[in-house]
Amino acid sequence: MRKPEFVYVTYIETTPEKLWEALTSSEFSRRYWFNTDVKSDWKVGSPFALVMNGTTTDVGEILEADPPRRLSYTFQQVLSEAASKERPSKVVFNLERHGKFVKLTLTHEGFAEGSKHLDGISKGWPAILSSLKSMLESGTALAIPPSALGIEGFDGL
Amino acid sequence: MNIDNFKPAIVYTIYIASTPEKVWQALTTAEFSRKYFSGFAVEAELKVGGAFVARAPDGSVHISGEVIECVSPRKLTITWNVNWPALVEKLGPTLVTYEIEPVGDAVKLTLIQAHDRPIDDDILSGGRQGWPAILSSLKTMLETGEALIIKMEPPQRMLEALKKLGIGTP
Repeated sequence: MRKPEFVYVTYIETTPEKLWEALTSSEFSRRYWFNTDVKSDWKVGSPFALVMNGTTTDVGEILEADPPRRLSYTFQQVLSEAASKERPSKVVFNLERHGKFVKLTLTHEGFAEGSKHLDGISKGWPAILSSLKSMLESGTALAIPPSALGIEGFDGL
Repeated sequence: MNIDNFKPAIVYTIYIASTPEKVWQALTTAEFSRKYFSGFAVEAELKVGGAFVARAPDGSVHISGEVIECVSPRKLTITWNVNWPALVEKLGPTLVTYEIEPVGDAVKLTLIQAHDRPIDDDILSGGRQGWPAILSSLKTMLETGEALIIKMEPPQRMLEALKKLGIGTP
């Protein structure tokens, strides 16, 4: 059986530097990540937080920061009681330049068997990364209603 | 063929600023598929039992199958068999489903690759590599007018696994 993890690959017509900036800047993340600010100084060992419309939804710690190639942080949901009881998971972004575009590989791993959080993030990441790709390629992020993701308890706050 | 026996092996979801009709057209016509699918021409007879073919740029049939479910512009299920000698005999048919759902101003496209028996990860690496490239390019084409030209080679681990099973590969 495969280990409980979520892997998503997408190809984006941009540079690794611009993609890195989009992944680490609140100004950009607000546009493609359901009004969420990504907060950190992006140094190994520093805290990381996701703040959606002023409410902290997830916290973690930077594990790796090798701009513009690899970024990794731990990830602990704090919003719902059930999710905050789960052990912290780990998010890794790998950015590879392929000519005029970048291959972005997201791996979100470290879940317990049957994790509810794994189900939620498996629905969330494709929407976030699709919107990120649109923003970088066409200048306009996608307007996806949070309720359309079908994640229990997630309606965009 | 009973499609209830098929279990999803690969699921890939992508959101596209487009309409269900345009996504459907991009998935089912050669004019569009040539742009986002490495020059391959999709020819689909859009009715249950109709033929489904993807031709390589040299005109040879690379993938052939049959339309199993066809609900324009929401759901298309086809058999998707790569024409490599002994592949279907050894691995069984491959079932591909596209689900198209409007969400807000965008479209949610879900690709499901399913099989009627367990398939080795080495063999699935082909689809795990291929679908994100094909569908990323399709999204870019629909949103900006120009597809991404992504050079794709079949993964070495897949070719080796197929060879071990006695399946002919290029």
